[in-house]
Amino acid sequence: MFFNNPDVWEVTLLSLKVSGLATAISLLIGLPVGTGLALGRYPGRNFLLSVVNTGMALPPVVVGLAVAMVLWRSGPLGDLNLIYTPSAIVIAQTIIAAPVVTGLTSASLQQLDPRLRLQLYGLGASRVQMIVNLWRQARLPLLAALMAGFGSVISEVGASMMVGGNILHQTRVLTTSIVLQTDMGNFRSAIALAILLLLITFLINSALTWIQQRGVKR
Amino acid sequence: MTALVELRGLRVVRDRRQVLEIEHLAVEPGQVLAIVGPNGAGKSSLLLVLARLLKPERGEIFFSGRPADQLSDLDYRRRIGLVLQEPLLLDTSVFENVATGLRFRHLPRAEITRRVETWLERLGIASLRLRSAARLSGGEAQRVSLARAFALQPELLLLDEPFSSLDSPTRSRLLDDLHALLAETSTTTILITHDLKEAARLAGWVAVLLGGRVRQAGLPEQVFSTPVDDEVAAFLGN
Repeated sequence: MFFNNPDVWEVTLLSLKVSGLATAISLLIGLPVGTGLALGRYPGRNFLLSVVNTGMALPPVVVGLAVAMVLWRSGPLGDLNLIYTPSAIVIAQTIIAAPVVTGLTSASLQQLDPRLRLQLYGLGASRVQMIVNLWRQARLPLLAALMAGFGSVISEVGASMMVGGNILHQTRVLTTSIVLQTDMGNFRSAIALAILLLLITFLINSALTWIQQRGVKR
Repeated sequence: MTALVELRGLRVVRDRRQVLEIEHLAVEPGQVLAIVGPNGAGKSSLLLVLARLLKPERGEIFFSGRPADQLSDLDYRRRIGLVLQEPLLLDTSVFENVATGLRFRHLPRAEITRRVETWLERLGIASLRLRSAARLSGGEAQRVSLARAFALQPELLLLDEPFSSLDSPTRSRLLDDLHALLAETSTTTILITHDLKEAARLAGWVAVLLGGRVRQAGLPEQVFSTPVDDEVAAFLGN
């Protein structure tokens, strides 16, 4: 049976680990940077917003190419021996997801009434307390940003293939497995893996949607 | 008596335009001062300066007789209460909204509960304590906003046209309740308004702000009956 194959679960687990870690790192980068872009007023802010918004549409193969060139054995970070490792996939996927989380965080906070900041300061909030309260007020779109970030990396194949190499027991993830099975003409296996990928994505997004919708006013 | 708040030689510029120039303005402890003026007179800018949310180009603010800049912005703001025209409540329960400023100050939980319950009761909204702030009427929301400010036991209460978005009966009831609370607590208050009736009802001292300058200040009946010039008279409707 397909689902009795331990390789399938190994590949699934690696997909979740790699994309989950990349999403978590993207959140750590995207939340503060997006907040700074939303709340700050400084020269170059619009340019930075344009860069982030462009980054939201970065093609994964372009990211894969750039990361591969940097991590390649003769590249600037070649000595780290990261090419064709799960770490390389995490790096590439973080570059894909971080602009998504950053851009959507920034848009979420800019939608809030700007006078809310004055009111929070007027209540005696420190800068950190003010920002945490703005995040709470924008929690629904911020969770949407998290879902979009995760969705952008769990489903990508180009970067994972280029920097991971699709090596069995090392860097093979669900999307690269689907490509391999399709190349080999094993359509039944490819379809089964695709359904598994969709199911996992659905379950994770359902959990996040449930958390998100608990806070919706009715 | 030392003024609680005193402005000296204040000049405020916003978007390269001078919006305020106030040589001297003071509020005694326990006094309710109404700053009245038409739209664009600089009232809201003055309130932002008093809340240390806008920096003046020059001039000094004294708080309890000492330069206010001896206090950090945070320490200063934790001694005041601010109620804006829109209640701007947080998307949480009424109780949590009133508790927010107290939590910012890291007060003990029991003290927070005591103060929140007290002020919900005094503003007549104790029955709404668990209701979502999003489900309140305009009058209820403004009562929560006032409870949130009073619960902080501020040395200075800043009110920026708190009744302007309310219908007439709601405004009238809230005005009566606020009048009673201010008399009972003797909270030093600066009320920004363009409504002369509100000013007359709540304030013991009135300052008329026109074109960013205080043109006349005094007892309400004195200011309203004897305006210093035609412009002030025109604003007062005399």
